[in-house]
Amino acid sequence: MNPFSSGTRLRDMIRAIRACKTAAEERAVVRKECAAIRAAINENDPDYRHRNLAKLMFIHMLGYPTHFGQMECLKSIASAGFPEKRIGYLGLMLLLDERQEVLMLVTNSLKQDLNHTNQYIVGLALCALGNICSAEMARDLAPEVERLLQFRDPNIRKKAALCSVRIIKKVPDLAENFINPTAALLKEKHHGVLITGIQLCTDLCKASTEALEFYRKRCLEGLVKTLRDVVNSPYAPEYDIAGITDPFLHIRLLRLLRVLGHGDADASDCMNDILAQVATKTESNKNAGNAILYECVETIMSIEDNGGLRVLAINILGRFLSNRDNNIRYVALNMLMKAIAVDAQAVQRHRATILECVKDSDASIRKRALELVYLLVNENNVKPLTKELTEYLEVSDQEFKGDLTAKICSIVEKFSPEKIWYIDQMLKVLSEAGNFVKDEVWHALVVVISNASDLHGYTVRAFYRALQATAEQESLVRVAVWCIGEYGDMLVNNVGMLNIEEPITVTESDAADVVEVAIKSHNLDLTTKAMAMIALLKLSSRFPSCSERIKDIIVQHKGSLVLELQQRSIEFNSIIAKHHNIRSALVERMPVLDEATFIARRAGSLPAAVSSSSGASLNLPNGVAKPAAAPLMDLLDLSSDDAPAPSSSGGDFLQDLLGVDLSPASVPSGTNQAPKAGTDVLLDLLSIGSSPVQSNPSTPDILSSSLDNKMPIATLDGLSSPPSVPVRSTSAGGAASMMDLLDGFVSNSPKPEDNGSAYPSVVVFESSSLRLTFNFSKAPGSPQTTLIEATFTNLSPNVYTDFIFQAAVPKFLQLHLDPASSNTLPASGTGSVTQTLRVTNSQHGKKSLVMRIRIAYKLNNKDVLEEGQISNFPRGL
Amino acid sequence: MGIRFILMVNKQGQTRLAQYYEWLTLEERRALEGEIVRKCLARTEQQCSFVEHRNYKIVYRRYASLFFLVGVDNDENELAILEFIHLLVETMDRHFGNVCELDIMFHLEKAHFMLEEMVMNGCIVETSKSNILSPIQLMDKTS
Repeated sequence: MNPFSSGTRLRDMIRAIRACKTAAEERAVVRKECAAIRAAINENDPDYRHRNLAKLMFIHMLGYPTHFGQMECLKSIASAGFPEKRIGYLGLMLLLDERQEVLMLVTNSLKQDLNHTNQYIVGLALCALGNICSAEMARDLAPEVERLLQFRDPNIRKKAALCSVRIIKKVPDLAENFINPTAALLKEKHHGVLITGIQLCTDLCKASTEALEFYRKRCLEGLVKTLRDVVNSPYAPEYDIAGITDPFLHIRLLRLLRVLGHGDADASDCMNDILAQVATKTESNKNAGNAILYECVETIMSIEDNGGLRVLAINILGRFLSNRDNNIRYVALNMLMKAIAVDAQAVQRHRATILECVKDSDASIRKRALELVYLLVNENNVKPLTKELTEYLEVSDQEFKGDLTAKICSIVEKFSPEKIWYIDQMLKVLSEAGNFVKDEVWHALVVVISNASDLHGYTVRAFYRALQATAEQESLVRVAVWCIGEYGDMLVNNVGMLNIEEPITVTESDAADVVEVAIKSHNLDLTTKAMAMIALLKLSSRFPSCSERIKDIIVQHKGSLVLELQQRSIEFNSIIAKHHNIRSALVERMPVLDEATFIARRAGSLPAAVSSSSGASLNLPNGVAKPAAAPLMDLLDLSSDDAPAPSSSGGDFLQDLLGVDLSPASVPSGTNQAPKAGTDVLLDLLSIGSSPVQSNPSTPDILSSSLDNKMPIATLDGLSSPPSVPVRSTSAGGAASMMDLLDGFVSNSPKPEDNGSAYPSVVVFESSSLRLTFNFSKAPGSPQTTLIEATFTNLSPNVYTDFIFQAAVPKFLQLHLDPASSNTLPASGTGSVTQTLRVTNSQHGKKSLVMRIRIAYKLNNKDVLEEGQISNFPRGL
Repeated sequence: MGIRFILMVNKQGQTRLAQYYEWLTLEERRALEGEIVRKCLARTEQQCSFVEHRNYKIVYRRYASLFFLVGVDNDENELAILEFIHLLVETMDRHFGNVCELDIMFHLEKAHFMLEEMVMNGCIVETSKSNILSPIQLMDKTS
């Protein structure tokens, strides 16, 4: 018989799947089987429906899609027989996803089955509803469920109770309907009804304060009595686990008491006795008993204070903590975390034991213990605890080092009594597990070092020693090369020796050696190498004797395949070789980093994530491309532009400072423009928005052009040399300064704005061979968008072919270029090419337009390229 | 809701039963099961029965070649869940008679019926083995 005919039994299919040697084979079997089931579904064969659904469940469990079986489930549910309904409902719960349409189809069947005369079918429907009910279904079917809470058979009542839990979770408004019926369930004797009723009651208390008050008043005493009965009940074989009757019921009861007692002294008083009884009488040599004790301790910790009970609870935890069973120790640690909020002193007494648990061989226990230790640390015990933890760091598992490192760093930062201790501890952590240290941690360390001026010498020597011992930990190398770059002279001259230090002899070339090792190492990443490169540049000035050697090292990276290193190498080389006079000023020590700002930024780093990208686009990468008198601040990119960067995160802040922002967005703009366009262009581009009149040459342009169509040429000429002309005569408002004149022109004359073309045309670019004129208009209704008609005129006697115009704008602008009218420009101004540009200014009113253009064409088949920057746009675009 | 999912997995890491009480896509389930199984099966007998994974706490117990893994909320009583796993196994034992991996595979729907009588929507419904099994026995008798 073909094992894959639709008549394959479930058993045979499972055998076939189990016999598969590879995942591919298994997939093939499942595919065939699914095809057979689909065929059977299409034939609508009811005989095999049960079997097919069972197979689908198995296939679903293996992780294959089974959505095509969903309708089969619905059909099975709708059929009359119990076995079909049984498998149909099971399929519904397992196979159906939360797609509303299919679920809606089943609501009607559920409603019918909830009213069925056969109680087993009612039970099936309740169970399914409890597992998959959506908010709509909850609203539709809540009355049925409410009624079933009073059904004669307890097995239906218990399911109705849990179904109600789901309903009030989906639609909290319905909670009040269930408050009264639930109170009745709490008085039952049947354990199933009790345990589910208690669960429902607990959920109701969480959903509504009204319910909480109600149960506190009406049911608390009854619940305490129920718990007492269960605790003292004689042997009940059906519910007995290790000599205790139904520990699950115990636990649910204790949980509900916790909710009722929390924040209410009277209610807490009422349950004191029974809690004390549970805490003292429960057998603790079996797991079931410990589970109850554990729950009881949690309840004692949560309800209102009763000194005696708390002592009892802490003692139980102490016993748990010294238990040999790891499970018990785990829950003890878990509970001590909660107890710490209640009685920190009592938990401190177990500190030594907890510290031992940090070193346990079991990862779960270690993790718990570490979190607990973290909570236990305070100013008084930080030193010994940190010592223990860092010592353990040396021998701990690799996978645990990440957590452990993060916690140690956090402790050290939070509680360090003095800077030298902080630096020492961080040095230990970095040397031991520097690869696990997060960026912001070593950034913070750099800030601290920078602020500890009396420890600079000590720190650089300590890091030098550490780097000699190990150079494998990334962040250790970073901090070390930073220190050596900044304080290299202190390293060599043993400046600022502390008494505790042993003097070391380091020559200038030794210091350069370690940085060279870092830059050449294959294990270290780009950021580290880039930092090492900067350190070398700084050393070249600090150590004149090594200057040549350092230059050689730097030059070696001129051909680096990594753009960042290559660029730095070329730029730094040029600084060393050509700019002796400014080098020492360029590479001065960084100014002390502002600790307060750093902390504030770190704390508020959440909103920064959004704005940091725009910040990055404004930053030049390290800005060293400007050889002309670039001040130190620029070199380090300490907000060389006016654009405020306060919202960037703490991490960014330091990265900016160190010039190691390697974000790809900012690299190209710096590399291809800065060297060519000279010093000012980029700065201009950046600051254009913030300074109204920033460069003299462009001011007259704006003036002249904006006055173009109103004033005679004579006035215009006069205006470009302001002192010689009485400005007053041209200014309607009588303002004396050029600035005012400009301002007034745009904002005080309403007339031009009305007729749409408020802005005069401007010659934005003119060379000996080409003139470019812009005509502006505003799209009606969107002041942010400017339409620009560009007109190109050929001033030379030759025809230009393959004419292409390109433009680029900063991020706050959006540019759309329409196709040009032609790609050939006739000679001698006998014709022109026009092209429409659409610019949208997202910072309209705050920043003016700015654009960089490039025009390419062929002149006698030779490529010609012209470039320029347009910053003389009329204001207010 | 305390229990988020229940898994039965054999020594080789193959899932033999999976019941989720919250919605996860097929891909999420596969990934989750893979991660959990790798984590739990690597642990030794001496280590504790609880593993924290993502935002779940996994309580697991091994019976011969079969692992029972229960994912719970963080505030669930872990020891009680261990006890629950044992109750589940005893219930299956009573029905199948010394339950084994094959029983669960070949009677997957029955195993699910049992689970359904014990847990609904992540909460325990019934703790008495005879109450759990009576509807199933009834069904066996009639069919």
